[in-house]
Amino acid sequence: MDASLIPLLPGAQVLLTALVVMLLDLFIDEHERGLLAWISLLGLALCGAEAILLWGSSEGTFGDTLLLDNFALFFTQIFIAVAALTVLSSMRYVRETGIHEGEFYSLILFATTGMIVMAAANDLMVFFLGLETMSVAVYVLTGMWRSSARSSEAAMKYFLMGAFATGFLLYGIALIYGATGSTNLNQISAYLLEPQGQWPPYLFVGGLLLLVGFGFKVGAVPFHFWIPDVYEGAPTPVTGFMAVAVKAAAFAAWARILMHELSPLDSDWALPLRVLAIATMTIGNLLAISQPSVKRMLAYSSIAHAGYLLIGIVAGEEWGSTSLLFYLATYAPATFGAFAVITLLTEQDKPKEDYGHFAGLGFKRPFVAMAMSLFMLSLAGFPPLAGFTGKFHIFRSAIIAGHTDLAIIGVLNSLLSVIYYLRVIVMMYMNEGGVKGKSFIESPYLYTAVGLAAAATIYLGVLPMRTLEWSRSAFSSLF
Amino acid sequence: MNGAQVGFFILAGLLIVSSLWVVFQRNVVHSAMALVAALFLVAILFLTLNAPMVGVLQILVYAGAIMVLFLFVIMFLNPIGLEQRRRLWWGFGALAGLLLAGALVPVLTNGDAPRDPVVATELFGGPEELARSLFTDFVLPFEIASILLLVAIVGAVVLAKREP
Amino acid sequence: MIVDIGIVAIKAFLVLFMVLNLAGLLGWVERKGSALIQDRIGANRASIFGFAGMGLVNTLIADPLKFLTKEDFVPPSGDRFLHTLAPCLALFPALVTFAVIPFGDVLYLGDRVINLQVANLNVGILYIFAMGSLGVYGLVIGAWASNNKFSLLGGVRGSAQMISYEVALGLSVIGILMVYGTLELQEIARGQGALLRELLPESAGFLRATVGWLPAWGIFLQPVAFLLFFTAAVAETKRIPFDLPEAESELVAGSHVEYSGGKFLMFFAGEFAEIVTAAGLMTTLFFGGWQVPYLMRDGFHFPWGASILLPHVAVVLLQVGAFTFKVLFFCWLQILLRWTVPRFRYDQVMRLGWKMLLPVALVNVMITALVVLYMQHNP
Repeated sequence: MDASLIPLLPGAQVLLTALVVMLLDLFIDEHERGLLAWISLLGLALCGAEAILLWGSSEGTFGDTLLLDNFALFFTQIFIAVAALTVLSSMRYVRETGIHEGEFYSLILFATTGMIVMAAANDLMVFFLGLETMSVAVYVLTGMWRSSARSSEAAMKYFLMGAFATGFLLYGIALIYGATGSTNLNQISAYLLEPQGQWPPYLFVGGLLLLVGFGFKVGAVPFHFWIPDVYEGAPTPVTGFMAVAVKAAAFAAWARILMHELSPLDSDWALPLRVLAIATMTIGNLLAISQPSVKRMLAYSSIAHAGYLLIGIVAGEEWGSTSLLFYLATYAPATFGAFAVITLLTEQDKPKEDYGHFAGLGFKRPFVAMAMSLFMLSLAGFPPLAGFTGKFHIFRSAIIAGHTDLAIIGVLNSLLSVIYYLRVIVMMYMNEGGVKGKSFIESPYLYTAVGLAAAATIYLGVLPMRTLEWSRSAFSSLF
Repeated sequence: MNGAQVGFFILAGLLIVSSLWVVFQRNVVHSAMALVAALFLVAILFLTLNAPMVGVLQILVYAGAIMVLFLFVIMFLNPIGLEQRRRLWWGFGALAGLLLAGALVPVLTNGDAPRDPVVATELFGGPEELARSLFTDFVLPFEIASILLLVAIVGAVVLAKREP
Repeated sequence: MIVDIGIVAIKAFLVLFMVLNLAGLLGWVERKGSALIQDRIGANRASIFGFAGMGLVNTLIADPLKFLTKEDFVPPSGDRFLHTLAPCLALFPALVTFAVIPFGDVLYLGDRVINLQVANLNVGILYIFAMGSLGVYGLVIGAWASNNKFSLLGGVRGSAQMISYEVALGLSVIGILMVYGTLELQEIARGQGALLRELLPESAGFLRATVGWLPAWGIFLQPVAFLLFFTAAVAETKRIPFDLPEAESELVAGSHVEYSGGKFLMFFAGEFAEIVTAAGLMTTLFFGGWQVPYLMRDGFHFPWGASILLPHVAVVLLQVGAFTFKVLFFCWLQILLRWTVPRFRYDQVMRLGWKMLLPVALVNVMITALVVLYMQHNP
């Protein structure tokens, strides 16, 4: 069996950093723990450099259970960018909230390792293990703010629901294995392409169960019930990490497994996926409008965005997949940035997450308010920001694939979402009151994270071509 | 029906009974013990399928370790208040379960045999065969699983550590 | 077919018979032995026509009779079903574990080859751990069903302690598995028939010359593992110094508070059966099992060249005898230990298990793996 270690490199780099951070944590003093964040960033940067150097490679290893292609590398870049932003924005936050720093950073890195494995997995078993590594790390990250009851509650809910969803996923994998005789995606797709009479019916049940598992992980309606509570309760940087990286990882695996290897079943997916997409967009947006807390609103908004992403999966083909990848890249900075701004507003150990707390922010912190406005406008899909280009391509792909109705519903939903995104901006610039005095998380690193996210939002909106090109080459590496 | 089939149906029947007992029993400790019995029966099923290693590990890991921790927690928390159930959810759960069963049973019984069913040889399922495939074909999943366990350990310690 | 089943049934009956009787006999050793250690007279009251037989009548006849005729008390607020189930759960694993322990090599009877072991499983050791891990249920369920604070505390302690020491117990044996390369106990016992010099590589000339004459018993190859195994096995039997679940000075009688009569007798017998099983395992894994040094299938072959040929029956008898002797020795050692050392505190038990035994066991596994790997590449 071939066992080249090069395809393991990006994941191994992050894993190694996680282990170093975890072990070093034992030996250094309380006040020197800041060093751990820098080591994490260094490891992530190295991983990013490796991913850039390896761009264009297409190598399978360990019997093709892990496949390092542009698709995996594209997602790897998203994961490590988000992980790095998370580390940056939590450097001060973890101190003030009494979260154990060493474990916090190493768990972020462990979760990132799991995501990288998920994106590169070419075998249902490897994918599942990557997913679990990520999920377990994120369950714990959710509950790491020990003195906050909400955080513990969120971790508990997330864990129970997640474990249940894992059951569905695993049973689906077992049935698919039973039907096709392999967990390797190459062999599964070879089996499905064989000209033959009929597939065993439990293959479809397996696929359906897989769909339920994925639906849970990306937070698609009706598997979204955990999202608001968990996103609200988790420490805010972790929420940002979850809303972006975890979702991206689930979509990465979804795209690889369902769109490519199981594509012979496309006609059978179409209907449930369409229903899922429409329900997710609409219900996410409708519920987001009535939320009193910005953090909860963003949670519902992330559900709605999962709905837009599902359009990309329904559309399929080259355009659908490319725009799915591109949309994830455009969705990432705006969503993460919005959560970073909420992190910034935290005062003592009281989170300030309601609309009211944003009142007058435009006068007190003009730059933060400007960044937040950018994020909101981008999420709503105003040109010339990242969100616009993302939505433009995803709706276009739907029209190209003949799903005009989906595109129309998507556009209507975007209009609906303007209501609550603009409400934040209105609050910031047209109201008085809100948070008084200095926020206690006045960290230059947090500002850097917000600034980077804002820059990315503008960049992807104004100059999207290069990233779009990357998305296309990532997608075409699947074939 | 030959002897092996009779044995299977007896085991399967007992398994179903004990699984139902887990669900319907109001006393938590009784439920837990019924679950132990169910796991034990599954282990015996594995033994009859010529997979002694999996069977014994099933007892060792699930019945012997995980369920003991279950009992440990039950004894610590003594969850007497959980014994009341709300009827509405009861009905809802039963309905959902029946729907799922109704969808699964026809589908699962109405298929061809799995592709390339593995033929159980004398060595199949023994420790040597298992170890060989674990360290050759499945070495990558094996290593990733060890990362997963490490993460779980770190997580458990972080969440359970006494605050200073 | 019928004959085969008959042979297995006879072997199973013999082993059960021996274990249960040994368990009873150990009760006598415990009472009289402790008296000896503490300079008392010990059990001597019961007698039949004036015959007390060194307390044998007392412990083997009078005590069981007394237990069986006492009231079988179930606490009114307890759980009657589980209260009854618990003693069975305690006795069952201890009795079935012995099935895979070989008590001799093969016996040739006519053209029949009888393996002197009740069940030859290729996952033998795992089977033992699996059954051993079930042992905790008797204690915990009994403790819970009694609905008594003392027994509940004992049960909680017991489950934590047994889970903790199972880890060390399992890891300590990994070294033995690596050295002999099998999970089958009969194979492990056979592997210990070789001499050390046959195992040592050419390059280890000095070792071959000095200790090469020793049999390749587990104790010589894995001395650390034996200490770990012994400690963990004693902890698993829940006897002093690890009797925290009972701890009569703190918890009255812990998990056994609410037990009387026949059910208590079953717990009692289960404890002694566990001792016998633990002794059997120590013998098989570390002290050559049924091996007598230098005794081959046809007689003695000493390393200095002399040999004494023996008939087959004599060899088998010697082997079974050696096994029995070794088991008795380790039973005695465990009882001696119980009356010699004081009880640990609970936190000490936990610290010993997790912070000392476990790391040492891991290091032992690591070093053994390296040595085995080295020997495979430099035969």
